[in-house]
Amino acid sequence: MFDIARYDEARSVEEAVALLAANPKARLIAGGTDVLIHIREGKQPEAELVGIRHIPELARIEREADGTLSIGAAATFSRIVADPLISRHVPVLADAVETVGGPQIRRVATIGGNVCNGATSADSASTLFALDAVLQIQGPGGVRLTPIRDFYAGPGRVHLGQAEVLTAIRLAPESYEGYGGHYIKYAMRKAMDIATLGCSVNCKVTGGDRLADVRLAFGVAAPTPVRCLQAEEAVKGKVFSPDVVEAFGHAAAAEINPRTSWRASREFRLHLAKELSKEALVKAYAKAGGIIHGA
Amino acid sequence: MAHKHIQCTVNGQKLSLEVAVGESLLDMLRNRLHLTGTKKGCGVGECGACTVLLDGEAIDSCLFLAVWADGKDIRTIEGESKEGKLSKVQEAFVEEGAVQCGFCTPGFVMSVTALVEKGCQCEREGLKKELSGHMCRCTGYHNIVNAAEKAIGEP
Ligand SMILES: Cc1cc2nc3c(=O)[nH]c(=O)nc-3n(C[C@H](O)[C@H](O)[C@H](O)COP(=O)(O)OP(=O)(O)OC[C@H]3O[C@@H](n4cnc5c(N)ncnc54)[C@H](O)[C@@H]3O)c2cc1C
Ligand code: FES
Ligand code: FES
Repeated sequence: MFDIARYDEARSVEEAVALLAANPKARLIAGGTDVLIHIREGKQPEAELVGIRHIPELARIEREADGTLSIGAAATFSRIVADPLISRHVPVLADAVETVGGPQIRRVATIGGNVCNGATSADSASTLFALDAVLQIQGPGGVRLTPIRDFYAGPGRVHLGQAEVLTAIRLAPESYEGYGGHYIKYAMRKAMDIATLGCSVNCKVTGGDRLADVRLAFGVAAPTPVRCLQAEEAVKGKVFSPDVVEAFGHAAAAEINPRTSWRASREFRLHLAKELSKEALVKAYAKAGGIIHGA
Repeated sequence: MAHKHIQCTVNGQKLSLEVAVGESLLDMLRNRLHLTGTKKGCGVGECGACTVLLDGEAIDSCLFLAVWADGKDIRTIEGESKEGKLSKVQEAFVEEGAVQCGFCTPGFVMSVTALVEKGCQCEREGLKKELSGHMCRCTGYHNIVNAAEKAIGEP
């Protein structure tokens, strides 16, 4: 039995916001795969919960007239993996979320819960950073939009008011159209494991072999997911070559400041950052249509 | 603890129940309905022993609230054999010797059943991925994957 004192099922986002605003103790629960574990560990005694998993608009995945992809916060990972819009426009996101837990977890866990729990290891986060995702958040005062890069406040902490609900994750067309992306989760096991390091690269190629744009993000390289702007700058505009790839890996490792945990030492994570960013760049470049000379 | 009224179908039978808001679907099945075929292993989504089908999809019932089962169709291992006859998937587990202590078996059977019903055409590696949310302490998995392969291969 979970120590839950109260549970209210919201039927709309407005109702969820109202329920949260009316009760300062109330917390959101979507898939519950993080929340229920917390409750089980005694971290949230006599929990009062507002459920949002049955609000239809929160599960919607759609492409708006201007090309913006809008992913409902309560879309489950398996729903995202199976969605034709996602596989067509941002297959890298499907690849990333398919690495979460195991199949049974992915059918229940949501992308919104993954972002809002504030974990640096969240498998969707680095890819959403590399896609320049914008979060649509609804609260008592209305709707606000915030870039995902400004959302994380520290380990397990995000800039989200008690009565706010993440409603959708928005990807503007200019941040994904014409891009190729690649995510690598380095973990000790092939399934059912949390990332030792997560690395996501998104890149755009012009003229067959020039890196018009590159975006790199890591999970577990810092207390929050991070973008590596210096590494990006070091290769942007350059013609793709082994030297450019090497420089990218060096710059990436120089820019992050990972810590030692029981999973891996700081040194090992720095080594991983260098190698994974190189590999992810090569793969993303190929997916973006880049030509490998001499191949 | 607060309670809520739910209606759901379990193994084809329509039920109307009063569940505690902190009750997991697993506890509802085991303690309230005495359907103890579904096992409680880890209780934290790691082992898959508690796998049941919710509207045809395999999920971990230990991390799923009973109140969420309202309006849903739930299937457990108890509903799989009909009139004393094992299901095709259960048969495959027996024939391939995929059962040792049997603790993980109901969960595996439910996942494989969902794969069969969805018309899964997975190759062996794909099957391993589909079953990666299950742990078995005894068999070494080889025979389980054989059984899954056999079950999905037989129309
Ligand atoms: C066995 C197991 C394996 C796992 N493996 C992985 C893994 O490999 N990779 C990984 O990244 N994660 C993993 N997780 C963690 C977890 O499954 C994910 O973080 C999941 O995405 C959380 O989503 P949820 O809907 O279950 O969140 P919940 O538990 O419902 O919520 C998580 C947090 O987000 C808040 N929240 C949820 N939705 C919203 C919203 N719309 N607006 C505002 N706040 C919200 C909740 O209040 C809570 O604080 C694993 C968990 C388990 C149990
Ligand atoms: S008991 Fe549910 S996954 Fe282990
Ligand atoms: S047969 Fe014993 S746990 Fe699988």
